[in-house]
Amino acid sequence: MSEAAEKLGTMLYLDGVSVAFDGFKAINNLSIIVHPAEMLAIIGPNGAGKTTMMDIITGKTRPDDGQVLFDGRTDLTKLDEAAIANLGIGRKFQKPTVFESHTVWDNIEMALKKPRGVFATLFYTADDADIARITEILETVRLIARKDDYAANLSHGQKQWLEIGMLLAQDPKLLLVDEPVAGMTDAETVETAKLLKDIAKTRSVVVVEHDMSFVRELGSRVTCLAEGAVLAEGSLDQVSANPVVIERYLGR
Amino acid sequence: MITQALFRALDKKAIWIVAILLVVAIAVPMSNLMLPEGHPLRLPNYAVPLFGKYLTFAMLALALDLVWGYCGILSLGHGAFFAIGGYAMGMYLMRQIGTRGVYANPILPDFMVFLNWKELPWYWYGMDNFWIAMLMVVLVPGLLAFVFGFLAFRSRVTGVYLSIITQAMTYALLLAFFRNDMGFGGNNGLTDFKDILGQSISAPTTRAALFAASAIALAIAVLACSMIVNSKLGKVMVAVRDAESRTRFLGYRVEYVKLFAFVVSAIIAGIAGALYVPQVGIINPSEFDPANSIEVVIWTAVGGRGTIIGPIIGGILVNVGKSYFTGAFPEYWLFALGALFVVTTLFLPKGIVGLIGQYRAATTRREQHDRDAPTPMQVEAGADPQPKPAE
Repeated sequence: MSEAAEKLGTMLYLDGVSVAFDGFKAINNLSIIVHPAEMLAIIGPNGAGKTTMMDIITGKTRPDDGQVLFDGRTDLTKLDEAAIANLGIGRKFQKPTVFESHTVWDNIEMALKKPRGVFATLFYTADDADIARITEILETVRLIARKDDYAANLSHGQKQWLEIGMLLAQDPKLLLVDEPVAGMTDAETVETAKLLKDIAKTRSVVVVEHDMSFVRELGSRVTCLAEGAVLAEGSLDQVSANPVVIERYLGR
Repeated sequence: MITQALFRALDKKAIWIVAILLVVAIAVPMSNLMLPEGHPLRLPNYAVPLFGKYLTFAMLALALDLVWGYCGILSLGHGAFFAIGGYAMGMYLMRQIGTRGVYANPILPDFMVFLNWKELPWYWYGMDNFWIAMLMVVLVPGLLAFVFGFLAFRSRVTGVYLSIITQAMTYALLLAFFRNDMGFGGNNGLTDFKDILGQSISAPTTRAALFAASAIALAIAVLACSMIVNSKLGKVMVAVRDAESRTRFLGYRVEYVKLFAFVVSAIIAGIAGALYVPQVGIINPSEFDPANSIEVVIWTAVGGRGTIIGPIIGGILVNVGKSYFTGAFPEYWLFALGALFVVTTLFLPKGIVGLIGQYRAATTRREQHDRDAPTPMQVEAGADPQPKPAE
């Protein structure tokens, strides 16, 4: 297969990406491919470059070198955060970041996929379809009973779910999910895995996670990062049986 | 669409504020003009423009609150937009003097004759027309805010750095307007006004009309701000204030959201300045003084930022206090102002409005407690789950 054809079928295509902060190589010649409607779990020790990789994809950090393509053709290194978000890339942060002085409902309404221009937003009124969609999302993330509460009053796990709800409302083609189950109970973790697997039926999902039982629950392809590069790839069993992975990550 | 948005903005609080302002707009002029001298309810002549001045300050504080309280942009240079609006009005009023000036020049204001200028500078053209002048009142502050905001927000200048450059902006304008060759009357500014729209500026009827105009302008500003902050854009503004980078990742162009708030705010400030000048009778470069802009921040903080009513209360109360203090103990006013800011920052983070909210929440809690005293304990006991049998 030619290189161009290889890129064309991908949702996310990272090739030879490197970035250094003050001489420290946070990402070193990293190449990752995510296909449409595919889930990829990324594991790796602290400082492996997982969050930096997300920063590069979402336009927060510019790589020094390498290629970052979305949907096989759009060069993400030339765009800013808002443009990338509007292309259809949603991100959930490691520390749940919801708008605390807004209600749960308003958080979802702001995230809902709608024209983002200043005047379109100023004169926006939610129509019946929007209200139905917001209600549906709140039911999915089980926050419908708390729709009028301020997001600040949610528990940590509920904030995580609200942020996942905001991601759904954005209707992205690619979801980047950073440690979605931190601070969740075991039951909530299982629910979250189910929800993400459901989402991955129609969209591409990249999950960064430390919780191995959660990654096992996801049952997806796994990539282990270390020192800014790919250490091993494959199923969780293959990766966790890899002696280098055991030595550098799991064994610690 | 637009009417729908307007209706939504008419929440109860905004309606109350507008209603009170409209009542004031009618009651104050009536009390001054229609009641006989010596009547206990008659407002003295000096009080009408004084109260009108307070309303323009309240409007300036409201303008600042739109960017600071709702969008997190702490502008320490909002006095500049107020002053520019004031200068535009002052230019119109200067041109109305005509041959009644000391030098009786039908076209050139006195200070230009004094400086030996032979003709009107180009930017004074058309300012003898009231409507062109009013257009400039809106246009010039709006344009300055647009250019300044575009450059600052696009470069992602935020927080204290933005505050500092807004200070620099107003200070630069202060220095520029002090210069005689700028053509705005230098140190003395613009004064000695005679007429506005053909009416004597010192006549009680004119002053009453100016007061009413100030109250109505403030009411319109309240409506506009209320509409903006209750819209989805208003929610996005608060989102930008609380978590700017998160808002970007949702796909909103934060710089344009800020720019919109900043320009609208500058226009409101400019209109306030234009109403201020005919009521105090002078505009000079000291209005650009950075200290003035900082005072506006204090008014807003004292009243309660992030609310519509807060800055209005703050703007009026602090200035009433200032009028009293500078008369009674002139040397202590600045200390009082400083103390006010420290006390507000330490004990009233949400200002006077926040204090009322706290008090109300406390009384509701107490009432509830009194009404069904045993309930909290019952609730606690009920909420405590029964120990589950081992599975």
